[in-house]
Amino acid sequence: PVGFQWVMEAKARGATVIHVDPRYTRTSAVADIHAPIRAGGDIAFLGGIIHYILSRELDFREYVTAYTNAADIITDRFIDTEDLDGLFSGFDPEGRKYDTSTWQYEGASEAAAAGNRSQHDTASDTSAGDQHGSGGPAISRAEVHRDETLQHPRCVFQILKRHFARYTPDMVERVSGCPQDVFATICEAVTRNSGRDRTTAWVYSVGWTHHSVSIQYIRSAAILQLLLGNMGRPGGGIMALRGHASIQGSTDIPTLFNLLPGYLPMPKSSQPDDLDGYAQGMIGDKQKGYWANAKAYTVSLLKSYFGDAATADNDFGFRWLPKISGDHGTYQTTLDMLDGKIPGYFVVGENPAVGSAHGKLQRLAMAKLEFLVVRDLAMIETATFWKDSPEIGTGELRTEDIGTEVFVFPAAAHTEKNGSFTNTQRMLQWHHQAVEPPGDARSELHFFYHLGRRLRAKLADSTDPRDQPMHALTWDYPTEGPLAEPKAEAVLMEINGYGPEGDLSSYLELKDDGSTACGCWIYCGVGAGGVNQAARRKPGAEQSWVAPEWGWAWPANRRILYNRASADPAGKPWSERKAYVWWDEEAGSWTGHDVPDFEATKRPDYRAPADAEGPAALNGDDPFVMQADGKGWLYAPSGLLDGPLPTHYEPQESPVRNALYGQQANPTRQVYIRDENPSHPSADEPGADVYPYVFTTYRLTEHHTAGGMSRGLPYLAELQPAFFVEVSPELAAERHLQHGAWCHLVTARAAVEARVLVTRRVTPLKMGGRLVHQIGVPYHWGQNGLTTGDSANDLFGLALDRNVHIQESKVASCDIRPGRRPRGPALIAYIAASRDKAGITPETGNTALTSPAWRGLSERAEADAHNNPGGA
Amino acid sequence: MTGPGRQPEMSLDGGTPRHRAGRRRGRGDPNATVPPADFTSYYGRPVVKASPWEKDIPAYLFLGGLAAGSSLLAAGGAASDRPALRRHGRITAFAAISLSFAALVHDLGRPSRLLNMLRVIKPTSPMSVGTWLLAGYGPLAGAAALGELAGSTPRGRGPLRLLSALRGPAGVGATLIAPAVATYTAVLLSDTATPAWSAARKELPFVFAGSAAAAAGGLAMATVPVSQAAPARRMAVGGALTELAAQQVMERSMGLSSETLSTGIAGRWHRLARVSTGGGVVLALTGARSRTLSVLAGLALTTGSFATRFAIFEAGQASARDPRYTIVPQRERLDAAAGETPH
Amino acid sequence: MGRLSGPVDPALDAGWSEHPPRMGFFTDTSVCIGCKACEVACKEWNAIPEDGLSFTGESYDNTGALGGSTWRHVAFIEQPRQLGDRAAELPAPTGVDLGMPSIGMPSGDGTGVGAPGDVRWLMSSDVCKHCTHAACLDVCPTGSLFRTEFGTVVVQEEICNGCGYCVPACPYGVIERRSGPAGDVAVGVAQKCTLCYDRLGAGQTPACAQACPTQSIQYGDLDELRTRAEGRLAQLHDTGVSDAQLYGASPDDGVGGAGAFFLLLDKPEVYGLPPDPVVCTRDLPSMWTRAAVAAVALAGAAAMCFGGRR
Ligand SMILES: Nc1nc2c(c(=O)[nH]1)N[C@H]1C(S)=C(S)[C@@H](COP(=O)(O)OP(=O)(O)OC[C@H]3O[C@@H](n4cnc5c(=O)[nH]c(N)nc54)[C@H](O)[C@@H]3O)O[C@H]1N2
Ligand SMILES: Nc1nc2c(c(=O)[nH]1)N[C@H]1C(S)=C(S)[C@@H](COP(=O)(O)OP(=O)(O)OC[C@H]3O[C@@H](n4cnc5c(=O)[nH]c(N)nc54)[C@H](O)[C@@H]3O)O[C@H]1N2
Ligand code: SF4
Ligand code: SF4
Ligand code: SF4
Ligand code: SF4
Ligand code: SF4
Ligand SMILES: [Mo]
Repeated sequence: PVGFQWVMEAKARGATVIHVDPRYTRTSAVADIHAPIRAGGDIAFLGGIIHYILSRELDFREYVTAYTNAADIITDRFIDTEDLDGLFSGFDPEGRKYDTSTWQYEGASEAAAAGNRSQHDTASDTSAGDQHGSGGPAISRAEVHRDETLQHPRCVFQILKRHFARYTPDMVERVSGCPQDVFATICEAVTRNSGRDRTTAWVYSVGWTHHSVSIQYIRSAAILQLLLGNMGRPGGGIMALRGHASIQGSTDIPTLFNLLPGYLPMPKSSQPDDLDGYAQGMIGDKQKGYWANAKAYTVSLLKSYFGDAATADNDFGFRWLPKISGDHGTYQTTLDMLDGKIPGYFVVGENPAVGSAHGKLQRLAMAKLEFLVVRDLAMIETATFWKDSPEIGTGELRTEDIGTEVFVFPAAAHTEKNGSFTNTQRMLQWHHQAVEPPGDARSELHFFYHLGRRLRAKLADSTDPRDQPMHALTWDYPTEGPLAEPKAEAVLMEINGYGPEGDLSSYLELKDDGSTACGCWIYCGVGAGGVNQAARRKPGAEQSWVAPEWGWAWPANRRILYNRASADPAGKPWSERKAYVWWDEEAGSWTGHDVPDFEATKRPDYRAPADAEGPAALNGDDPFVMQADGKGWLYAPSGLLDGPLPTHYEPQESPVRNALYGQQANPTRQVYIRDENPSHPSADEPGADVYPYVFTTYRLTEHHTAGGMSRGLPYLAELQPAFFVEVSPELAAERHLQHGAWCHLVTARAAVEARVLVTRRVTPLKMGGRLVHQIGVPYHWGQNGLTTGDSANDLFGLALDRNVHIQESKVASCDIRPGRRPRGPALIAYIAASRDKAGITPETGNTALTSPAWRGLSERAEADAHNNPGGA
Repeated sequence: MTGPGRQPEMSLDGGTPRHRAGRRRGRGDPNATVPPADFTSYYGRPVVKASPWEKDIPAYLFLGGLAAGSSLLAAGGAASDRPALRRHGRITAFAAISLSFAALVHDLGRPSRLLNMLRVIKPTSPMSVGTWLLAGYGPLAGAAALGELAGSTPRGRGPLRLLSALRGPAGVGATLIAPAVATYTAVLLSDTATPAWSAARKELPFVFAGSAAAAAGGLAMATVPVSQAAPARRMAVGGALTELAAQQVMERSMGLSSETLSTGIAGRWHRLARVSTGGGVVLALTGARSRTLSVLAGLALTTGSFATRFAIFEAGQASARDPRYTIVPQRERLDAAAGETPH
Repeated sequence: MGRLSGPVDPALDAGWSEHPPRMGFFTDTSVCIGCKACEVACKEWNAIPEDGLSFTGESYDNTGALGGSTWRHVAFIEQPRQLGDRAAELPAPTGVDLGMPSIGMPSGDGTGVGAPGDVRWLMSSDVCKHCTHAACLDVCPTGSLFRTEFGTVVVQEEICNGCGYCVPACPYGVIERRSGPAGDVAVGVAQKCTLCYDRLGAGQTPACAQACPTQSIQYGDLDELRTRAEGRLAQLHDTGVSDAQLYGASPDDGVGGAGAFFLLLDKPEVYGLPPDPVVCTRDLPSMWTRAAVAAVALAGAAAMCFGGRR
């Protein structure tokens, strides 16, 4: 709600607010337009807008030609989903993955694209985006062919046109359920509000990300925004409204298994164990753009980790870094726990027993641990699963059989400690401690610092080589106060980095010779001049509208990334109204309201010499400076595992057939074929009618995520005192659900009970002649706290996006019935009966390839390509 | 704020329920206007709050009336040399006002702070006015009653004699205040946003005055020898007739909220009141010479008065709990002012 | 005794000869997002107890109404959307038919399915109106309720004896005796919004207004707020939101104007507000007159009963 004030302010200033959501929510209530949509239908919806733009040539042509890869020509080996019934070329049905070599730019040598750079596995079990860090993936420097007229049949622009040709308003309605006239209004509003003088922003959060095609949702928006010229410009962009406080910070300085700080990829066991190999893999040959300096960032990071122990001779301690050997994401880890492969689990500020998909699996897995450490503000379900989880109720777990030793540490809340939050705008804001933590509660900093200290003390005499990194680690933070609390600002300054001359002020100062140390290169500058820049709070009225002196944004306190794009190729603002950063001919430099995201003195007409590398290889009108070619990618030749373009796929579980292709679901989605993880049949498969309804999960303003922070607070609990589900009057009539009474939802995993809220805010959607009912399910409840209830996450199984391993928790299928669910062992039998009725086996719903036509088509297409190498 | 166990009217669309009005019209009420077919409210929730008062308050109203009427009877008795009537009147007045006071205190949220009532004198607050009336009336009625008791002891001495001597002046004082004690309670109820009470504001003082007379007269009829009871009977009958007639007029001017007098608990009290009072009048007029019939008539009239107070109290509570009685008249007023024909 | 009706300066009327400007709220429900931050902030600041974990089924409103332990209440009203509600707020499209919201939606075809988007959801944060002529204050027999120098109406918890008179007196159903275990803070005592008298005294904004993220609750000098509200109303009317109306803004209304007034998007009763509230004491003089007449008549009649035969 606090963030939403800015939406309201924009509205007050005349902005049109459009809300795309399956349900009519509080946001819809104040929006100008609400587009009802079926959960999981957004690619069709966004693709429809892209189609609208392309078919009417409403794109911002000058921007598109100059700043995107629209003109780039793709190899003739690329075959689109339109020709392969929903798959791209290169699919390997057995491995459920793509060989992405056929997706490359023409002229990029295939060897370079596919094999040379070991970092860039063409298909990989680990996440994709992080292979390349915050720079785009490397592309070959060999000459890329372009057709600035955008007419070449294999140029990105034309491919795009063909790809989205069938995403017509009629198709949008059939797939997403969004009525055509609403859709038309939106297309019109969005395009009219984009161009030289106006910009449109897309704001999303987990309605787009919790899908087995999640990354491609965002890619759709990226294409849209590039076509309309809405990137790098004020009022434009794609805003990921990050959730948890500083969740952005915890990706920048990651809590993710596959990243190092600043989006440097985590080294892998499969790769050469040396710094140069690592850097080379990351950067590629003669890499353009700023990512070319990634080695300096890495070395500086290692210097900050290992201090004097990191020398050029030992590769700055590179070999001390842990290496990953596959997917160690949260769900894989859960399964490994279940399989007894993992003895201990630290849960810090998370409540997986309630918050993670397939709650039962989470709890069963934790029951297999030797020890579990929970640090939290409240006694959450994750800490008490051994005595009161639903599985204790059904008899699947017995307290006396659980060997897990649970350690619960009370944590200090953000008001009880100093630190920073990084928000979605990449802005760091410092929070000062207001009160001392109560009782034994301690900050994370305290816990980990002192834990590290004690571990090092224990290992002081060890000569085991694997303990070497522990000896080498710099671990000497000053502490303060009666609790020996490490100084948070000292940590911030370590992250900022230092060189021979003291505190660094910009990542441009980072060196790969070991003379600089920096804990996170993108944060370099947050401590510029020895000052905590994140703590700046100059009121908005006392500074420019960009407010550069409020907090500090990475990189380099830049508030809008790629802002070179806010000026035309010649360096002039696209319009007075939207002037942001421009070329000042007299001064011979870039200037404007924000810190220019460009080499300050590189002229707009600068043309890079053919052999240039790094930033110097970018032309004066290549605004996307982190990308290997300085362009915004309408088409992603590499970097994604499930396709260079977004394509509509149905969710893992869907009562609806994919109206566009024979391929039903994302063929690369990550599934786990195990007894514990049954999925439903979809569409016209036998048994699908056992789970005829779509349900989606979401948040209520009154609660917070897994509920540990809200269910126990009286003032919040009383505002939403019961787990309820939202259904339409039509569905209520169909299933005899009574407003205010109990009902229960059934999936192959669980049955959960809730109160019925019959509301017109949920409407069944008419799609291709049939009516699809959706059920809204808030996911905040669990068994602890003042308001208690079943947990929505128990309904889900595990199906993940391949790129980032996010769970599909925004959509699945289910049944809904009146009355409460059975209890005790009867519940297990009840769910089993439902599974049997649907004829579910572990394989159900998990087939990668569902297009009957694919094999024939792909053989024919390959033959055609072979016969006609030049393309049309 | 939702009381536990409340079963809200849940409409399928989860939205604002529309209420059908026009059912349950008071029978035989030729003047009732046809209310709009439906009206809108917020989930059928009350707009105004019903008073938090319990049975103590109608009892308090009744007892206050009884006390006031009794004081008047006592005064008349004193003046006309009807000692039994005088004596009965003074003692009843004091007993009733004491009970009434107890009822009032019992209904306070913080009884220990009763005396805070005496911090201020506020003409805008009928309760403040009433408190001061009672503060004056109570001791005087008390003195008069105690004087009666003292006077009846054989050989009065010292304080007793003083009391006995003071009963005359005290009785006069009480009598002067009594009429106000009888009618201020009407203002107490009407000076609220409770639809039925507020709508009854014009006639309610007369209803209560009549009711006070009926109660006091009735009780005196039942206790005082027939020989001295004639004024009590006249007062009872006159009061009862006033009570009935004033209510008739009142129900008309109450408009929609008069419904609440004929339905629910209030309806039951109201019917009892009418039967009891009406019957009492008939009995009183026909059986004036009979001690038994007089007792019966007196009790009937007292009961009628008691029931009237409960009827009016409960009608008010019911009218506050149903948003219709707040919204419909106000909406009609607005629409009329806006020149719209009510539909 | 001050005046009982009509426009007045309530603080002056109450005897504050020198006083700061009258402060109040303008609650613009057209920008309320129903986040309930105001409810929570009020409870936090005033340490009001939780009062019930019951599910009402009344849209997202599980609070229900204002009361002794609820001084801010956010109402949620789900309605079938009427043509013209917000249609005019939509951008005027060129070329395509503006189908939102319309009766001709593709789904209005007898399948029994409501057209998507044919609903509107009103939200409004209600509070004590701090009436110019406050019935609660007028009828309070202890002087517990008083008029502050800011023109607001406040209960003095330590003076109230819980007589309960203010409860039925309030034409908006705001004030209530707090219920709960005897002995708990303010139980048995009348409670309502104080307009954060303690904060106002320190020059601060009331907690609810401070917390409101969208400035739906605007706090300030009442005269200024009234001007601002007129502007906002005109703006909404210009954009075709013809149902928009001010509620409680006029000093000529039945309570002499509310210190906390509202911009509503539908009739007041839809929000649970009385359409035409009148302070009960407006009619008090005539009530006293009639009571006096009745009293005199009673006395006279009594006297007459003693005339004539024995
Ligand atoms: N009060 C409160 N605030 C929070 C949180 C909280 O728990 N409580 N959580 C924080 C966190 S961690 C996060 S990540 C953010 C999340 O913020 P949001 O993304 O806003 O969170 P949700 O409510 O889960 O989902 C948003 C909407 O997505 C819709 N939706 C579901 N499926 C689809 C779909 O396929 N397409 C589209 N277009 N919409 C769909 C749902 O109906 C829902 O209304 O909120 C943060 N803020
Ligand atoms: N079905 C479904 N599932 C979902 C989602 C969904 O939309 N639908 N949303 C997903 C999303 S986006 C998210 S972010 C997750 C959230 O899921 P979780 O992260 O598992 O749930 P939270 O309740 O946010 O857990 C955070 C915990 O941190 C504690 N905490 C707060 N501050 C501190 C601190 O300073 N230190 C420590 N140690 N602890 C602290 C809180 O008390 C709380 O218990 O849920 C995910 N799960
Ligand atoms: S809880 Fe969420 S909305 Fe509220 S202030 Fe924090 S980040 Fe903003
Ligand atoms: S709204 Fe009610 S409680 Fe508030 S001042 Fe007016 S009469 Fe008193
Ligand atoms: S309950 Fe308290 S505040 Fe209300 S009228 Fe009685 S004494 Fe005054
Ligand atoms: S002004 Fe203060 S007391 Fe009144 S509702 Fe707002 S926060 Fe509560
Ligand atoms: S805080 Fe403001 S926006 Fe939120 S519910 Fe209250 S009034 Fe509405
Ligand atoms: Mo999140």
